[in-house]
Formats: sequence, structure tokens, C-alpha cells
Amino acid sequence: MKYIDPHIHMVSRTTDDYQRMAQAGCVAITEPAFWAGYDRSSAQGFFDYFRQLTEYEPKRAAAAGIQHFTWLCINPKEADDPGFAREVISLIPDFLNSKEGLFGGNVLGIGEIGLNKNTKNELIILEEQIELAETHNQMVLVHTPHLEDKLKGTRLIMDALSASSIDPGRILIDHVEEHTVAEVLDRGFWAGMTLYPDTKVTPQRAADIIEMYGNERIWMNSAGDWGCSDPLAVPKARLEMRRRGHSEDVIDKVTYDNPQTFLSQSPNFRLS
Amino acid sequence: MADVTGTSPQTAQQVIDTYFMEHRAKLVDIAAYLDRIDRGQGEFPDDFRDVAFRKAIAILTDGQTHRAKRILELFSDHTTQIPQSAEGMKGAAGAVAFAATSSVEGDAS
Ligand SMILES: [Zn+2]
Repeated sequence: MKYIDPHIHMVSRTTDDYQRMAQAGCVAITEPAFWAGYDRSSAQGFFDYFRQLTEYEPKRAAAAGIQHFTWLCINPKEADDPGFAREVISLIPDFLNSKEGLFGGNVLGIGEIGLNKNTKNELIILEEQIELAETHNQMVLVHTPHLEDKLKGTRLIMDALSASSIDPGRILIDHVEEHTVAEVLDRGFWAGMTLYPDTKVTPQRAADIIEMYGNERIWMNSAGDWGCSDPLAVPKARLEMRRRGHSEDVIDKVTYDNPQTFLSQSPNFRLS
Repeated sequence: MADVTGTSPQTAQQVIDTYFMEHRAKLVDIAAYLDRIDRGQGEFPDDFRDVAFRKAIAILTDGQTHRAKRILELFSDHTTQIPQSAEGMKGAAGAVAFAATSSVEGDAS
């Protein structure tokens, strides 16, 4: 069996996590830019992070036999300071346009953009990053807020996206739960479920959501990062689906074929 | 809400056979948590999270489906105000004051 973990923050994980994921069947991952757990003090901090995502991390993944792709942006949490955010955004085009050499050509689009506390400042920068994706014909990976802020934030984000010219089929809205998944799919977007122990969905609930809302335009990911999270969450969800009697075809569809279909819309995504 | 009748690949009996022990443990955990609050020292607090929690428990036994969705909605911010900045805001609490969830113009949490 092979699977893709389409949302995981490997900069926060160890090399033996890569090895364990490879042993469990992981062949590719995509890593969106995110909040490091602290606010960076300068745009230069993001430049270095983008180099880590485009140059260093693909090599570390390759050593374990895993292909590494990435998404670049300023994350919603640090986007609350628009002046600072714009400085960071201005760095991104060079990384998008570069196909070989220094910057590697592993960038799939803009992400994970979205909202954190549903503020006007965050919304302004979200709209500017949607525009960046439009201008450069990039796909979009969306972070939705946590807990009580998710429902309102997901709707605000979908409204901002719908006001753009980007085909919703090129946008994935992540961290959906039972109260947001139907609206996301109904509006034509792809939906991601994050298997995160305390604040998002368990493998059991992810399987429930697939049963209730179907297996089209949906994937699951571990979003493994520096918090309590599990880089093997996707293979665990595969086992959970198998335990209930789902067919191997359906299990492969949501953990391999669907991510491949969505991601292949970027010319930089090629599975070897 | 979507009609989800018959969408599980398992029979209802198989679901119980597969998951009863796991969820029995989670249920006892909730009971012990409520007992722990009862045993807590001092006045019983007026805490919006606890109010929401007890309303959510009522959803479990109301006989209607989509319980997970409805509980998540209960714990959600339904206000329409958009503050300028997150400056000074606390992190997510997991619930909102019930008055705010039922009011369109209530304060954002
Ligand atoms: Zn993430």
C-alpha cells in the first residue's frame, strides 16, 4: 500500500519520522508554510524558511524515499500585521517562478492561507494572497481557524475565494469538520480533514465523514507539526476504514488517488 | 441536514460490537470529569464553557442524528462582527458564551 500525506510540517519533525512514514507506505508529502510557534522578527526569517522548504527539506525527504512538495505564504497568524505581511508576500514570486536549481521547483501554490482569529487585518492579507495566486496562476491550500472560530472563519474565507477568479476545483479548504464539510463541498472546493488528536478529527470521525459526505474531492492528512500530532495518522485512518469494511479501492482513493488528482493540477507535482 | 441513513458500511449491531468498549471508556471519562467539577473547592463557577458543555450533553440524548455537527455548531461563534486586529485577543477557548451564539450582533469572543 502507498499513500500521500498532503499536509504535514516536516520542518518540525525528525528524520526518523520520515523513515517511519516511508515504512508505513508514504511516497509523497506536501508541506504548507505555517506559524513556527513564535512570531518571526523579520521578513528575512521567512526568506530562510522558504529556502528550507524549497531546498533543504526535499533532500531530507528524498533520503527516506519520499517526494517533498511545498506551498508558500505568510500564515494567517502572522498576517495580522499587514505591513509586515506585505514584505513577506513580496518574497514569494521568485520562489514560484524558479523551476530548477537554487529553489528546486517543488512549489505547488499558495498556502496555507486563511484566517486565525477572523480579523479584518487577516482578511485583507488573505485577499492579497488570493490575488497573488490569481496573478501567478497558482493553486491554493487554505487553513481554517480552530475550535469556536472555525464555522465563521470558513464562511468568510469561502466568500473571499468565491469573489476571485480562481476555479474552486483548484482550491483545497483544510481542517474541515462535521459542521463545515458540506458547505465546502457544495461550493465546489476540495476538502481536507486533519487527523489531530485533540482539536480536529480522529480517524474514526474522518471515516464517518467520508461515509456521510462521500469520497469525492476529499482527502485526509496528519498536519503533523510541533504540537501534539501524529505523522502516522494517515496510515492509522486507513486501518480504521479497513476495520469497518471499506474496500481497498475507497481507502486508496481518499489517501492516494484524490491527493494525486488535486495536486497534479500543478505542473510541479510529478510522482516518480 | 443531509439524510445519512444507511451510510455506514456496518450494521448497527456491528458498530456496537466494534466500538462499544472504546466509547464506554470515553463516557465514563465524561462522568468522572463532571464529578471532579462537583468535588472542586469554592463556589460553582459561572463558566460559559461549562454551560455549553452541559447543553452539548443534552444533544447526545435527544434522539436526533447529526449530533457531532450540532455539538460543533453549539460550540461555534455565530456573531458577524469582524474585529480589526487580533491584538490582545486570547487563544481559542473551544466554546462561546451562549448569549453570543444566539445573537447576531453579540460580542465576538
Ligand atoms: Zn498546517
